[in-house]
Amino acid sequence: MVNPLNLNPKEEQIPELPVDLTQVEEGSSLWADAWYRLRKNRFAVFSIIVFVLIALLSYVGPLFYSYGYTEQNLIYGAQGPSLEHFFGTDYLGRDLLARIMFGGRISIGVGFIATFISLGIGVLYGAVSGYAGGKVDNVMMRIVDILYAMPYAIFIILLMVLFGRNIFLLFFALGAVQWLTVARIVRGQVISIKKQEFIEAAISLGLPTNRIILRHVIPNVLGVVIVYATLTIPSVMLLEAFLSFLGLGVQPPMASWGVLIKDGAENMTVYPWMLLIPSFFFSLTLFCLNFVGDGLRDALDPRSSKD
Amino acid sequence: MPLLDVQNLRTSFHTRNGVLRAVDGISFTLDRGETLGIVGESGSGKSVSCYSLLGLIPMPPGKIEGGNAYYEDDKGKVDLLNCSEKQLRKIRGKRISMIFQDPMTCLNPYLRVSTQLMEPLLIHEKISKKDALKKAIEALEEVGIQDAPRRVNMYPHEFSGGMRQRVMIAMALINKPDILIADEPTTALDVTVQAQIMDIIKQRQRDLGTAVILITHDLGVVAGFCERINVMYAGKIVESGTADHIFKNPKHAYTIALQKSIPSLQGKGKELYTIPGMPPVLVGARRGCAFAARSDLPHTPEEAAMDGVFKEIEPGHCVELHPATVVNYKQYL
Repeated sequence: MVNPLNLNPKEEQIPELPVDLTQVEEGSSLWADAWYRLRKNRFAVFSIIVFVLIALLSYVGPLFYSYGYTEQNLIYGAQGPSLEHFFGTDYLGRDLLARIMFGGRISIGVGFIATFISLGIGVLYGAVSGYAGGKVDNVMMRIVDILYAMPYAIFIILLMVLFGRNIFLLFFALGAVQWLTVARIVRGQVISIKKQEFIEAAISLGLPTNRIILRHVIPNVLGVVIVYATLTIPSVMLLEAFLSFLGLGVQPPMASWGVLIKDGAENMTVYPWMLLIPSFFFSLTLFCLNFVGDGLRDALDPRSSKD
Repeated sequence: MPLLDVQNLRTSFHTRNGVLRAVDGISFTLDRGETLGIVGESGSGKSVSCYSLLGLIPMPPGKIEGGNAYYEDDKGKVDLLNCSEKQLRKIRGKRISMIFQDPMTCLNPYLRVSTQLMEPLLIHEKISKKDALKKAIEALEEVGIQDAPRRVNMYPHEFSGGMRQRVMIAMALINKPDILIADEPTTALDVTVQAQIMDIIKQRQRDLGTAVILITHDLGVVAGFCERINVMYAGKIVESGTADHIFKNPKHAYTIALQKSIPSLQGKGKELYTIPGMPPVLVGARRGCAFAARSDLPHTPEEAAMDGVFKEIEPGHCVELHPATVVNYKQYL
């Protein structure tokens, strides 16, 4: 008979786990716990590995590769993949692998730098707005609403037209349109955090407001922010690809994955590899980052079981 | 000269339904090293009055309508209710500290205990990080945490509730303040731990000579701990006196009723005594006695609408005299 309450668990021997009480040396932070949970997530770990490989290929690869991304060979022209050119060449005879590696540098760089900029602005803006509350919060959030209503493409086009086509400006412009959502997310989190007692305790200990925001409020929103960041990087990369597609992104002879895909799309009926190979790298990176983001979200969720 | 002299403190909350008078003109004093208990039901204004002193009331909707709270130390006199935020910040955590109800939520989960313990030191005093850490470890040892040098590097979630409250006490007392406000420090804890925590507060108080304001709704805790007691009801102090006055010779019907409702003082098998009715809603103008409707003393509606008189009836024992709350109130007038 099944004994649901298991009142007499004689048969079930509970294995005695060796408990070494001297083991706990350093306290394990919530970050350490999250990292532990993330490592258990196979998808996430695999994605991190793949992403690191792609990043290494982009940043270190060109040092060991004989073709430069600007080297043209007009007589050679567009050729399919061969032993000489692993991924083939484009219509100017430039080696596609070299261009993908260089494009990766730009695309990944744009993704990270623009996300970083957007986080910097957004976290600070959102934290101040949420913590201050009242009228300050109202004014700051209405500004965000107004900026939200502006079409970002026009904003970027205006910036590009006014200040010239500069790749660093592109980084900045992409970051500047992404911070709005970060600010909103952070503000919402901060509002719930500032009601918590440890903030009250911090005030009662005489901490100045800026210190409370920087040391007590922001660390508590970082979990959400990191998850959001890993999902923002791919969307910034997509945005850059889109702008490059429109001809507003990086300028030739430089390349980003977006530029390569655009070039490939123009010639896709004749030279399909020029579209397929950059698209593959781009999609793979996006997949990886999204998986890492999902993994981080699970890992940082305090409700997920701690095993 | 008392260390803290609160005069006619009034705090209200401006809500959608009107102005809620949470604290309605209370006055009390606190001497150096003294232990003062503030007891009362939920919503009687005991926490709000102390939060007002440290400027911890969220404004809006809260507002300190009036009053003075003179805090005096060797450096001079400050009115806590009418000073700048900057002055107040220098007092918080340095001269007056606070411990809160729920130790589980009072520590920042993302920072090591050491970081949090060192913070008030680093802010209020010129001290190196190394010395601050040394002091933090000492502070933990003083509140009875064993293995403090190792424990100090841990995170709050690795501590039990009682230990966290010890950490909070260590943190509040690390700058050797003159006043410690303890807002129901044991409510969220296990009964067995409660006594330990109270012992630690008592012991640290003896060591440092800190004055303690203990806010609680548990008369049992107050009885063994406090020298003087203020009984609060509906935002007012209805009776104040020494522990002997309050426990052996209570005069106000509310104080008597509170004592009657301590379970351990009632006979076995008897139904527990509860005070009938609910505390009044404190929105709008106050008329008459707030406790009249719940009092079992006979009184007429006209009498209930009268205002009480707060008067000293014997040295150190003050009661709000009102026909509905004090037997033979006229003899004291």
